[in-house]
Amino acid sequence: MSTHTGGTPEPYGRPGAPPPPPEPPPQPLRESVNYLNVSYGVKSWLLTTDHKRIALLYLASITVMFAIGGVFATLIRLELITPQGDMVQSETYNKLFTMHGVVMVFFFLIPSIPATLGNFLIPIMIGAKDLAFPRINLLSWYIYMLGASFTMYAMVTGGVDTGWTFYVPYSTHYSNTHVIATGLGIFITGFSSILTGLNFIVTTHKMRAPGLTWSRLPLFVWAHYATSLIMILGTPVIAVTILMVALERGLHLGIFDPALGGDPILFQHLFWFYSHPAVYIMILPAMGVISELVQGMSRKRVFGYNFIAVSSLAIAILGFLVWGHHMFVSGQSTYAGLVFSGLSYLVAIPSAIKVFNWTATLYKASISLDTPMLYAIGFIGLFTIGGLTGLFLAALGLNVHVTDTYFVVAHFHYIMVGGAIMGYLGGLHYWWPKISGRLYPEGWGRVAAIIIFVGFNLTFFPQFILGYLGMPRRYHYYPEEFQILHVMSSAGASILAVGYLLPLAYLAWSMRYGRRAGPNPWDARGLEWEIASPPPTENFLVQPVVTDKTYEYGAEEDAAIV
Amino acid sequence: MSSGFPLFPAQASTVAGRVDALYFFLIAISGFFSLLIATLLVVFVVRYRRRRAGELPQPIHGSLALELTWTIIPLIIALGTFVWGADVFVYERRVPPGAMEVYVVGKRWMWKTQHMTGQREINELHVPIGVPVKLTMTSEDVIHSFFIPAFRTKQDVLPGRYSTAWFEATTTGTYHLFCAEYCGTKHSQMIGSIHVMEPAAFQTWLAGGATGSPAQEGEKLFQSLACITCHRADSQGRGPRLDGLFGRTVRLSTGETIVADADYIRESILNPTAKVVEGYQPIMPTFQGLVSEEGVMQLIAYIQSLQAPGAEVVAPPGAGGIKLEEGASPAPRKPKP
Repeated sequence: MSTHTGGTPEPYGRPGAPPPPPEPPPQPLRESVNYLNVSYGVKSWLLTTDHKRIALLYLASITVMFAIGGVFATLIRLELITPQGDMVQSETYNKLFTMHGVVMVFFFLIPSIPATLGNFLIPIMIGAKDLAFPRINLLSWYIYMLGASFTMYAMVTGGVDTGWTFYVPYSTHYSNTHVIATGLGIFITGFSSILTGLNFIVTTHKMRAPGLTWSRLPLFVWAHYATSLIMILGTPVIAVTILMVALERGLHLGIFDPALGGDPILFQHLFWFYSHPAVYIMILPAMGVISELVQGMSRKRVFGYNFIAVSSLAIAILGFLVWGHHMFVSGQSTYAGLVFSGLSYLVAIPSAIKVFNWTATLYKASISLDTPMLYAIGFIGLFTIGGLTGLFLAALGLNVHVTDTYFVVAHFHYIMVGGAIMGYLGGLHYWWPKISGRLYPEGWGRVAAIIIFVGFNLTFFPQFILGYLGMPRRYHYYPEEFQILHVMSSAGASILAVGYLLPLAYLAWSMRYGRRAGPNPWDARGLEWEIASPPPTENFLVQPVVTDKTYEYGAEEDAAIV
Repeated sequence: MSSGFPLFPAQASTVAGRVDALYFFLIAISGFFSLLIATLLVVFVVRYRRRRAGELPQPIHGSLALELTWTIIPLIIALGTFVWGADVFVYERRVPPGAMEVYVVGKRWMWKTQHMTGQREINELHVPIGVPVKLTMTSEDVIHSFFIPAFRTKQDVLPGRYSTAWFEATTTGTYHLFCAEYCGTKHSQMIGSIHVMEPAAFQTWLAGGATGSPAQEGEKLFQSLACITCHRADSQGRGPRLDGLFGRTVRLSTGETIVADADYIRESILNPTAKVVEGYQPIMPTFQGLVSEEGVMQLIAYIQSLQAPGAEVVAPPGAGGIKLEEGASPAPRKPKP
């Protein structure tokens, strides 16, 4: 899709600061010198400004957080096998679901794809040597680690039991747990999110290779651009909200607690003003991944490129206008409910457009059923169910019955686990050869993907039925008639756990023992497939120039038509 | 409440059928689109699987007609669902006139209910079939949510204000009552039972166990808390007369007007200086901590029971016909405009 020219090697200087690569001089580079082996030692990683190494720092960090959140989930599902709450105390159970939510949402899902795959791929996909602000990129990882340390400290010293939603006045007055320390961790981590978003936006605007116009931009980059807008516009709101909770809890300033003259509904408005768009922080990057996977694995340019690109922006914008749909029974006015319900239906449309376009892309394609494609197909199926059950929740009269039940739990897990994590794992497999330079064992990959798909559905589909039956969420004890469905769900969770452990094992194995991948193992299109695997530190030895559309599979001569 | 493998909850209120109709419609829509996508995926994957390495399919760049089709059809379905859902919601929110009133107080971790005839229950509520029941609810501590799955009814119960909900039961039986908003350690044990009875059986039940009605209890509180020393019935007190107050429009010292509903009266008891009636001094002490949420509800029931002397006439707002102003003592009053 592009031609290399021998033009000036650095036409796009980094704005502001001179780049400080700690690595040895780049020229001449042999095939074997790459970002992984260019230098060794802890310091060369902890002080790196290479976006690829920072991506791996994030990858290691969020994998640890995912494992911690997964342990909490495992304990929750074990406890719910019986209705009597006989494994742990209620206090412990409440801490488990709270910490599961906090860790998974703020420390795994929100940074997951942007901080790892986004960090690694965005500069490469746009033909740049690094992000616009490499040192801010490293700073964002340190901020993330600092925030995670605060929250981990809170968890180790006793935990927190407010639910990840921190509803007042419970969180500001009644809870005896580590609300402020946990909140501070989230507050701090928010800044890493803001910095990442800022970096992506500036990079996308300023550092694209010559010829890489907006209409040629890979859809992965479009999705991250939209995500970054949400990160920098939404995250400050959760930051001030947490700060206000801390002020009320610590200093008894009356902001939210009615006993102090505050308004608890105000908290919910502020919280969901960020936390609903945060759902799109999680799912939009996964959508970007799926757009790439579907094309790469079917060797065909995506159907309706413009519609997919614009729908990402539409989701980012409309996503800011629907927060009130979390509050239909909270006591906000009937009219507010009507407006938020209507807007929620509008935000469903761009998601539907994406699903139809991905499906249409497969028409008359050349489809490989390797692991990334299995994840992509799984994503489309599960996201479809997750999205359609969103229609149930947006329907005002029906929402009254199903809100705060397992129906909601099932719905958002279909979006976040069936959507975001399937996208994350699919992307990780698809670009693993680029990241590590090695091929993972394809057979194991397929087995794991199928196990995850089966385990996921068995875990979460029964929860839709439970929710409609009236099983409230966050219940430690539950009526006996719900037990069979809970046992099914727990059985599914054990399958899911195996499915998640497998990639951890074989991806780690492949780093040392996998076959060498070569630059383009999928025979896919895109700038990232034109450089060595693993890439050299500066990505491109010469500045690439893009001369035709992205993903121009098929005859090269077609390029002239566009 | 039998065990087994239930897939669908009991339908026991007038709204349940409406909610379920929408539910089944959405299941049909979701089933159709899920099957459509799944079928297309499977057919395409099988039909267009890669047969040899290096094959290059012909590019297809898109189709405006198709894009419009799969934008407009989902949009129509979405907007139709919105209207349907809104219709059910408005029905759920609009309390029918003449509903039987019940007071509910949520407290960690129990539900306290009180009938207007005086019966009080804990974690239970007895109601007759065929009669709309209006719940006026508040919380003594954190946010709770009053949820009866068989009725498809749920409403958050907040501290510091009154939330209302209503239902009309249709089938006798005993149904779950859950707290649906996380409220702390024993959240999952803040549960109870709704007993739906035939009207005759309900009357029999009502006949036993009544203490004083909320209004009677409120009258006792009105005496014991010494409210009566200022809010006198003879217009000579330092506070406004309260007979005929409930539901009237009141003019405040700021010049605003407000309807004297339960929320306003509650605030005036617990935070009296927040909204002072025009012509009066902000001299009333707060009763925060001196009276429970149930006590406040009883006081409100008492005030509600005080009819204006002589007249059923509802004074037009702002016309100077407001009983509160007319009956006030002259000393602290500003001249009437």
